[in-house]
Amino acid sequence: MSKRIFALFSLLIAASMLLAACGPAASSTEAPAATTQTIKIATQSPLSGDQSVLGVDIKRGAEMALEQNNAALLALGFKVELTPFDDQANPDTGVANAKQIVSDPAILCGVGHLNSGVMIPSSEEYHNAGLVFVSPGNTNPKITDRGYLEVNRIVGRDDVQGVVGADFANKQGMKSIFIVHDKTAYGQGVAEFFKQEAEKLGMTVTGFEGTEEKANFDSLLTPILASNSDMVFFGGLYPQAGVLFKQAREKGYAGTFMGPDGMDSSALVDIAGPTLLDGGGMVYSTVAGPASVYPGTAKFVADFKAKYNADPQPFSAQSFDSMNICLKAIEEAVKAKGGALPTRTEVANAVRALKDFPGITGTFTFNAIGDPTFASYFVIKVNSADPAKWGENAVIETLSIAPPSK
Amino acid sequence: MKRFSETINVRELLRPIGQMIAFSLGGGAVLSLVVVLLALLLDQTAVGQNLQARYSVSLVTYTLANLPQVLIDGLTIGFVYAAIALGYTMVYGVLEFINFAHSEIFAVGAFVGVEILIALKNAGILSAASLGVAYLILLLALLAGMTASGFLAVAVERIAYRPLRGAPRLVPLISAIGVSFFLQDIIRLVESLTTGQFNRIIPTFGNFDERLIFGQLPLGATTVVLGVQIKSLIVILVAVIMLVGLNYLVNATKIGKAIRAVAQDRPTASLMGIDVNRIISITFLIGGTLGGAAGVLYALKFTRIDPFVGFFPGLKAFTAAVLGGIGNLTGALLGGIVLGLLETFAGAFMSAFTMGAAGAEYKDIFAFGILILVLIFRPNGLMGENVSQKA
Repeated sequence: MSKRIFALFSLLIAASMLLAACGPAASSTEAPAATTQTIKIATQSPLSGDQSVLGVDIKRGAEMALEQNNAALLALGFKVELTPFDDQANPDTGVANAKQIVSDPAILCGVGHLNSGVMIPSSEEYHNAGLVFVSPGNTNPKITDRGYLEVNRIVGRDDVQGVVGADFANKQGMKSIFIVHDKTAYGQGVAEFFKQEAEKLGMTVTGFEGTEEKANFDSLLTPILASNSDMVFFGGLYPQAGVLFKQAREKGYAGTFMGPDGMDSSALVDIAGPTLLDGGGMVYSTVAGPASVYPGTAKFVADFKAKYNADPQPFSAQSFDSMNICLKAIEEAVKAKGGALPTRTEVANAVRALKDFPGITGTFTFNAIGDPTFASYFVIKVNSADPAKWGENAVIETLSIAPPSK
Repeated sequence: MKRFSETINVRELLRPIGQMIAFSLGGGAVLSLVVVLLALLLDQTAVGQNLQARYSVSLVTYTLANLPQVLIDGLTIGFVYAAIALGYTMVYGVLEFINFAHSEIFAVGAFVGVEILIALKNAGILSAASLGVAYLILLLALLAGMTASGFLAVAVERIAYRPLRGAPRLVPLISAIGVSFFLQDIIRLVESLTTGQFNRIIPTFGNFDERLIFGQLPLGATTVVLGVQIKSLIVILVAVIMLVGLNYLVNATKIGKAIRAVAQDRPTASLMGIDVNRIISITFLIGGTLGGAAGVLYALKFTRIDPFVGFFPGLKAFTAAVLGGIGNLTGALLGGIVLGLLETFAGAFMSAFTMGAAGAEYKDIFAFGILILVLIFRPNGLMGENVSQKA
């Protein structure tokens, strides 16, 4: 009896594996309709897990852009569909998804990712397949420094963001800084740029530590407290940072917290609560200001609220722009080809060829490696312990800086 | 009433308390001695000078000033590990296989407790609660977590392990790993469907986040505030009560005798009229209950939980059980305390002793390195040989 059940179980498992393997592939074998052809645009962002707060809104931003602006392509005889993928903020999952994306010939453009550590290996797949991606939030320099035609971003870079952060700390009179990072390409990267600039400016770096710990920061806090630093800088994302900051305050740390754009989520306040306002408070640098700082986003925010019944998280407006860039580039490529379906390479070239594309978070022209010719950087101070008021945090500094020339 | 006081075995109540005090003091003293000696040795070398340059304080002062706080932190996490380790060790004692699903049973306990607190917070009860009520609410969350985890553990045993009892020992092990993944995704699914997100934050209430300050120790230009959070005390206190209760149950009651009998020799125990299936279920119930309580305590202490929250504490607790000698209750207690102290000591002092080259991130490597050393010299764990009694 139990043998039979066991056999049944293994059959079931085998069947479900088969299904999982075939499911997505089946959709790509559909023959395109004679009159309207289908073009797909992929998004990749964490839709589940810790960072899904940001990742889901990246998908939503792209979704909304597609709904609002697909008319031009529809008029040309192309139906555009969104195929969202969940990279779980995990490089392995991102690459597995990327393989699936590039194997679907209907996908001509992509929006993503959130995490540089996921984007870097995944974009190797896009590069090999010639599929263009526009990133709404990846800031690691390596994203574009490889010089791939297919990889573009509409936000700033960590080698500038780290410098902006350190300059700001210096201006605030911080003398000693303890730096912690999360050991990812993004977190460690921005922490290292911050450290270099801080040392150059003559601030003392009292410690530089990486940690993957998510819950118990007791032992890491011993050297932090002993160093009596004016500031603790965390290079990483809010789920870890929130817990670290909270525990540091609980142990009596009274200085200032700082972090990069990975701090920019209302979920940070959810975790750390009023501890962000105590002592020296908390500031963060970011490449994506709150939607309210951009003149063009009022309609976006209103539409987003109407559709999803929540305020957009950071990077959602950037995702909206990224999708519009995809749509525009495909449209241009179609027109250049006299109404025929363009190849991936033609779309990739069309993205680079865009001049002064009017987005809601800026006007974008890509340079030779896919960085925007000018990117905005902000320093923001946390103002309220209420997660609903995250969007009202005070913008202390706004800078527009060109990417460093090679 | 008179009979009750006669039948209660005071010795079995006091013995584990004595053991805990001895283990905590012993482990703490040995490790403190090691770091202080190291500090004295290295004070005048490059290591000491490096620290002097970074924090403008001598290595000895740094070590001494931080020592009391590190001891408190280490003991707190150590008792959490011990409470989880008991679940592994009880099941191993009785069935001789490792219940890898225990870490998820721990996670379920944490989620049930936290969800109840969040529901109470949303109902407005939490913020209005006076101090006494806050403690009652915490007790309620603890009991709910314990109940859920306890029954879940029994269900897991009934569904995933009992049908495989005659199979080779690796088969239930694989089944346990499967259950572990299954439960992780069930938590994820249920939380995603009901709340839309599966990272939960325990609400702030009562005075649990407050810190009792004992004093200040001077440390160069700054001072180290010596104190303990009320929630850390609660964690230790609840863990101690549970450990004492478990010890009493196993060593001084009829059920405990039956558990021990089943652990020693299952066929013979069943010949003596013991319902083996029932006793195994009870073992899982107890182990799961302890795991659930540990989960709620963990959430209280460390704020944030997700469906994968059980993995690392589970792994560490399993390690603690092996370190102490798996299958042995006292060993699990010792292993948990030693492992908690070891990793906290390593995390806190490695950076100072290695001139910042290897920081807190290497604490696990260090702690597990020690584990390997111990197991080379004592393959059965610290308490594995000298106690023949299991479960």
